[in-house]
Amino acid sequence: MAMTVHVDIVSAEGEIFSGLVEMIYAHGVMGELGIAPRHTPLVTQLKPGEIRVDKGGGEMQHFYVSGGILEVQPHVVTVLADTAVRARDLDEAAAQEAKRRAEEALAGQQADFEYAKAAAELAEAVAQLRAIERLRKTKQT
Amino acid sequence: MAGGKEIRTKIASIKNTQKITSAMQLVAAAKMRRAQDRMAATRPYAEKMRQVIGHLDQAHPEYRHSFMKEREVKRIGYIIVSSDRGLCGGLNNNLFRMLAKEIRAHRERGIEVEFCTIGKKALGFFRRFGGNVRAQITQLGDNPHIENLIGTVKVMLDAYEAGEIDRIFVVYNRFLNTMTQTPMIEQLVPITSQGEDELKHHWDYIYEPDSKEVLDNLLSRYLEALVYQAVVENGASEQSARMVAMKAATENAGSLIDELQLVYNKARQAAITQEISEIVGGAAAV
Repeated sequence: MAMTVHVDIVSAEGEIFSGLVEMIYAHGVMGELGIAPRHTPLVTQLKPGEIRVDKGGGEMQHFYVSGGILEVQPHVVTVLADTAVRARDLDEAAAQEAKRRAEEALAGQQADFEYAKAAAELAEAVAQLRAIERLRKTKQT
Repeated sequence: MAGGKEIRTKIASIKNTQKITSAMQLVAAAKMRRAQDRMAATRPYAEKMRQVIGHLDQAHPEYRHSFMKEREVKRIGYIIVSSDRGLCGGLNNNLFRMLAKEIRAHRERGIEVEFCTIGKKALGFFRRFGGNVRAQITQLGDNPHIENLIGTVKVMLDAYEAGEIDRIFVVYNRFLNTMTQTPMIEQLVPITSQGEDELKHHWDYIYEPDSKEVLDNLLSRYLEALVYQAVVENGASEQSARMVAMKAATENAGSLIDELQLVYNKARQAAITQEISEIVGGAAAV
């Protein structure tokens, strides 16, 4: 029986892999890593690339991650995988986009705003009508 | 039989409405199951991250990221998670009402608020409510992706780091079970102390490239994951609230149809009786 270590590969949107493996290979920011059981504790950032796990007997499984963090504890290896491609300027662009959307929604689209207001007023009127109707009914009986 | 025909068309129209509501109920039930699965799938990621951060925090007490430092609160940022669509009972309104109450209390103490909205309903409400909406995203769909949230969350985190807001909360509906969803206001930043009960390890990691960078990287991902979790949980809440609301609507339509059917039968019977008595009266006259 060869030595094995438990590996969890998880992303924010779900678990990708969980099981015992003999060896795991990944691309760290400082270079390629191969992690065998009883590796010393380690935390490293990952580059986008392939992660390979050797499930024993040469049975390989491949996963693609677009970055993330790899953590080695004495008895467990965890890969916190990114599902999205991350880069500082990409994130910045996404943030600008979110801001722009908010400004647009606040400034423009007056029609939509009017609609929301009208809908609120309508709901109020309907509630009033219903109350009047109920009053009438109780008077009749 | 003028009254009879009117009632008949009314019954037909209610029946059509009932068909729609019962279809929506079934769709919501199916979507809810999927949303619940997704909710369960997101948990391990955040949990693992919390463990690593907790460990780093203990191993390096001298380095405090600004996300972990408390400071005096002058402005508060809220990330509000809501649904895009209505017809889900009081789900969104309960959440907004609770938040509005808290904001009023803050304003009395001179604390200003800013918003970041996720979902159409929150955008619509907080645009009217007053206050600065810093960022927004709508149309996440039934299967939200974390990359759509990165920008929106980053706007708030950047504002926090720049000192423009001193605390960030995430506001969403927590899914307890199909019948109950509770509105929640949870503190996101500064990160409240965690993992105190965790065992003290006697080993430390090797960090690549270094502990500070790894921690910074982890923290922003962790916060995004928390917001993503809130979005997914709110999605499950939305579907179950809609399912319950549509079930009630279908039942109400059913009882309305029963009542109208009774009225219709009575009207029909009265008309027949009248016709017979008219014929008999006519025959007697001849």
